[in-house]
Amino acid sequence: MPSQLKRLLVLGVIIISLFLLLKHLATPVSFGQYGHYRGNSLNEIAALPVKYVGSKTCVKCHDSIVALKLEGLHSDIQCENCHGPAYLHIKTPKKDKLFRPDSREFCAKCHSFNKARPEKAVTQQDIKNHHPEKKCITCHNPHQP
Amino acid sequence: MAGTLAVSAVLPSFNAVLFAATKPKKGPWYGIAIDIEKCIGCGSCAKTCKIENDVPPEPFFFRSWVEQYTIKKDGSINVVSPNGGIDGFTQKIPDNEIEKTFFVPKMCNHCSKSPCVQVCPVGATFESPEGVVLVDEKYCIGCRYCIQACPYGCRYMHPTKKVVDKCTLCYHRLKKGLNPACMDNCPTKARISGDLNDPDSEISEFIRKKNVYVLKPHLNTGSKLYYNALNQEVR
Repeated sequence: MPSQLKRLLVLGVIIISLFLLLKHLATPVSFGQYGHYRGNSLNEIAALPVKYVGSKTCVKCHDSIVALKLEGLHSDIQCENCHGPAYLHIKTPKKDKLFRPDSREFCAKCHSFNKARPEKAVTQQDIKNHHPEKKCITCHNPHQP
Repeated sequence: MAGTLAVSAVLPSFNAVLFAATKPKKGPWYGIAIDIEKCIGCGSCAKTCKIENDVPPEPFFFRSWVEQYTIKKDGSINVVSPNGGIDGFTQKIPDNEIEKTFFVPKMCNHCSKSPCVQVCPVGATFESPEGVVLVDEKYCIGCRYCIQACPYGCRYMHPTKKVVDKCTLCYHRLKKGLNPACMDNCPTKARISGDLNDPDSEISEFIRKKNVYVLKPHLNTGSKLYYNALNQEVR
């Protein structure tokens, strides 16, 4: 074999093994564990914190108000839907208070007239003319409207 | 006649869109069902999604949002989604001009033949074994190919992380046995998610009993977001 071909062969082997080494070092350990992606990313995404803890957690302290809500038209609605996420409140209830919405605009998000709202799904009201001077919660108990 | 018979013997028979998704034989296989007849357009889904998943609060970054379609009597179609529906919808078009109007909640379709997964050059976006399309934010190089590829507009560039972000179907909640935040907080239970592999699950029954439709079926994305009462005009 001519000497220039030998040198070329040696160079080729060095380049290919360098490429394979770099590829090995650059590929994360869990890559290809389940498919063409990093397997550990599944665990990382699964470990993210839960913020909406659900009404089953609220009932542990606020049992009477949850019982009241369950009798009314808002029974299917989660507490946190109006009051916001409770993940901080369940750890430090005195410090992290939840949101207590009382504006007409808040109720209007579901209850203002809109032709697109299915009539059977929700009670609708003319927000501009229905006692405009009062807050909705003056007359309607939001837990049992 | 003989020719027709010969051709029909050669060509494969059509598959129903419902079965466009190739299910795994074992384990859960998540899908979503949205009932447009129940959606009141309150925007709870969009709001809770933003909070649960730390989606940037500025407008126009959404993993989940609501659109109001209005088909007017003159035949024109008006589509609005102010702040993704988070602040609610105010009807601006008078009743007498409207032929038909309805809300369409939108989110990632978690396709089983996702265009977004196919175009990712580095394997940063993928389908989990449960059929949830996810993004590995440590591996994403921010090339935006997947944003271009998604026919449903469900991906966006995260303004501070500089990687692509999208709905995870609240994978962190599913793994803890909870429902996605948008499903739990829907006041009219218009949206459900569940295991398509389980014939007794709520979603399997929904799909069997209602006339469900997926968005853009001609693109063969294998979408697993099934709508009840979806209007033909919805894109």
